[in-house]
Amino acid sequence: MFDIQELELNMGPQHPATHGVLRLVLKIDGERIISVDPHIGYLHRGTEKLFENQSYQANIPHTDRMDYVAAATNNQAYVGAVEKLLGIEVPERAMFIRIILAELQRIASHIVWLGTHALDLGALTPFFYGFREREMILDLFEEYCGARLTLNCMRIGGLPCDVPEGWLDRVREFVELFPEKLQDYHNLLTENRIWKLRTVDVGVISPEEAIDWGLTGPPLRGSGVQWDVRRALPYEVYDRLDFEIPIGNNGDTYDRYLVRMEEMRQSNRILEQCLKLIPEGDIIAKGVKIIKPKPAEVYFSVEAPKGELGFSIVSDGSDKPYRVKVRPPCFVNLQAIETLCKGHLIADVVAVIGTLDIVLGEIDR
Amino acid sequence: MNSILLGLVVIPLIKYLVVVAIVMTIVAWSTWAERKILGFMQARIGPNRAGPIGLLQPIADGIKLITKEDIIPSRSEKFLHLLGPILVFVPALMLFSVIPFGGESTIFGLLKEPVTLYVTDVNIGMILVLALSSLGIYGLILGGWASNNKYSLMGGLRSAAQMVSYEIPQGFAIVAVLILAGSLSLVRIVEAQAESGMWFIFPGFIAFFIFFVCAVAETNRTPFDLPEAESELVAGYHTEYSGMKFALFFMAEYANMVLVSSIGTVLFLGGWLPPFPSVTRGTMIDLPLFWFFAKVAVFLFLLIWFRATFPRYRFDQLMALGWKWLLPLAILNVIALAMLKLWVFA
Amino acid sequence: MAEQKPPAVPAKRVQPEAVEAWDHPRVVELKEKFAESVLSAVIYAGELTCTVDAGQLTDLCSHLKTSGFTYLVDLIGIHYPEAERPFTVAYLLHNMNTQDRIRLKVEVSESEAVPTVTGIWKTAGWLEREAYDLLGIQFDGHPDLRRILTWEGFNGHPLRKDFPLRGIDTGAAVYEDRYPDGGGPVMKEAPAPPAAKSPAKEGD
Repeated sequence: MFDIQELELNMGPQHPATHGVLRLVLKIDGERIISVDPHIGYLHRGTEKLFENQSYQANIPHTDRMDYVAAATNNQAYVGAVEKLLGIEVPERAMFIRIILAELQRIASHIVWLGTHALDLGALTPFFYGFREREMILDLFEEYCGARLTLNCMRIGGLPCDVPEGWLDRVREFVELFPEKLQDYHNLLTENRIWKLRTVDVGVISPEEAIDWGLTGPPLRGSGVQWDVRRALPYEVYDRLDFEIPIGNNGDTYDRYLVRMEEMRQSNRILEQCLKLIPEGDIIAKGVKIIKPKPAEVYFSVEAPKGELGFSIVSDGSDKPYRVKVRPPCFVNLQAIETLCKGHLIADVVAVIGTLDIVLGEIDR
Repeated sequence: MNSILLGLVVIPLIKYLVVVAIVMTIVAWSTWAERKILGFMQARIGPNRAGPIGLLQPIADGIKLITKEDIIPSRSEKFLHLLGPILVFVPALMLFSVIPFGGESTIFGLLKEPVTLYVTDVNIGMILVLALSSLGIYGLILGGWASNNKYSLMGGLRSAAQMVSYEIPQGFAIVAVLILAGSLSLVRIVEAQAESGMWFIFPGFIAFFIFFVCAVAETNRTPFDLPEAESELVAGYHTEYSGMKFALFFMAEYANMVLVSSIGTVLFLGGWLPPFPSVTRGTMIDLPLFWFFAKVAVFLFLLIWFRATFPRYRFDQLMALGWKWLLPLAILNVIALAMLKLWVFA
Repeated sequence: MAEQKPPAVPAKRVQPEAVEAWDHPRVVELKEKFAESVLSAVIYAGELTCTVDAGQLTDLCSHLKTSGFTYLVDLIGIHYPEAERPFTVAYLLHNMNTQDRIRLKVEVSESEAVPTVTGIWKTAGWLEREAYDLLGIQFDGHPDLRRILTWEGFNGHPLRKDFPLRGIDTGAAVYEDRYPDGGGPVMKEAPAPPAAKSPAKEGD
């Protein structure tokens, strides 16, 4: 007589909490999630096709637009891949400055994550506090390369130019200021009862499953797997720097939150060390003008704020790459959303999207 | 005959118009206060363009909302779509007719006979308050249903469930005060606080705490603002409303905030009484209207402060809080206060 | 920090050479188990690449997973239009304990399908869907092989070398009655809603 149907709810492409144009088709029973099917591709711009049609140097600005929140690490991954293909050795000063840019970018990206994640769950204030510090970082970027968001701040073989006068001192000012601000963010949320109720035991994933789904970055480390590309496959000068890899115990949203907060602190530590160790020297390898590698293929990855970001480049002897494939961390992380959301309520889907920290530019390319 | 007409119809009507004017002004400027205070708590300034320090912002908002197009979803019930906001806004305004802003006063000697600073004193005032404030729930459900939108429907249902659940502990908290005061009339309750020499918040602090938490839930404010959670259901039950109808929902929320703050003031903070009423009554600082509105302002500030600080409860956690924690606590509190009144305050 | 700048050293720029790697321990082990399937083994810039036969792919992958390569890093589809078997799929695997990486390549022709590895690593689900969508490589046994980055109804596979950069008319105009294909003025008023939904259009 009565027929119980599950409701198919469209958390559509336009939605304040899906961080971009993501469409989630939810099948729900009352408020319980039965299945989640993400539909992506709304921001697909054919980046990989575009890569094949321009020279290696000209492709660098394309990489900024993928994960537009963390452009410096995108640049680093692409440029690192081309350098590995060609066997170019980057001068030390350039490597240190690259790491400074990458770690500043990591802090900026995590601040965006914190603000939007908290905002989705109802806490309005961490967003404003975080963006105050992010403004300082963006000002530093603007001083260096002229852009705040899509930086285009690295070149094959090094960097476009040396740092302006006093830039390193301003980075030092930021580094000294940041720990107490980080404590402010902790004060607002970490011990807050409501925050814990919303995030503990939400979106739990075990370490084996996390590796099987290919999760990387904080989603993997939140489940207790201490794996970070900077330690596992060190690139540039990370093997000389001393930092810890935070992990969580339970693999829930709260642990991923704590992991990212601690990563910000560790990035600050790395910045401090870089500022001490940075040598004088060249900032770009000499003689890298026209790039025509022999046919070969290579893969190079970095630890982006979202996870392992990798570029596979296949060359065929011409000055344009034959095939460039991006390994986007958010794309692979988003796949696991059904596992993370099963059995939870709709309000938790919002929390899970926030904790995976997705940027549609990278997912869709 | 004439004096009956005057006393029962004309004077209350005039008083009510004055009350509505004052309340609507407070409602409008409480939106300004919220945006400013929220701004300062979030390290930014808040509105400062419309008028000095943004004081004309509510007027700008009002003009904007009135002149906006009234969009009605094509397959919605037009009548119910209109009825929803009305049913939310009107009961809140109606209730201001029983809230006492002061006792008898000659307004600094301007009037020959003292006039009561409330529209009317119903001897079942508290029941009237509870009943009329429940009418607002119908408006929310109708608003959600009439929008022909799955999200709005869910928002409306959620908010109805939330408000109904939190009315029960609130009722018990009010019963605790009624035990202490011995009457349902709001004016009598304030006078009982004057007679006993202390505000009812002191013997009834648990009741105050429960009342306050339920007040936050009743007005759909953070941390209980899931029905209008922007990031989860777009805007819940008022997603599909625009223009004046949205303005009605918006004003109704703030009017409810002011209402619930006023009731809390009357019940727990001594209404229009100055602090230490047994000593200060009749002295220079006994300015009933000032104290009443100052206490309402403190309540409103607390509500705004909560919004700046807390994340939002998930719906099942919200219901668990109301039913599993507040309700037993409220019942135990009533029993405790009854025993206190019987053996200590008798 | 130094008092005078050190003399400029021309940066090393020697593109590494690809080296045959038949004596690499991993290759030796694979050769023992799956003799004819391992067609070539090369080391370039420190990365080991083995080309394998598509038929034995799932067995090879299961073996590698049990020997510790639990993390499928990436799945790359490449189109070589002139080759005898135009489609190459490269699997990049990573061993979480020893931090070793290995790349497996299979080559298939247009009509062949690559056996799916979703049963071995769950990551492969979307990665294979992407290779199918953008290149048209079929994966045999995939639980849900549909387009992921382009929309339903898209004809063509964008990353193929014969797909032009500026796109083609894929005949996938949605709402053709309102927005005619090829552009044209937007209708001033919406036409009456269609009486029945055409069955070809999947519900949204």
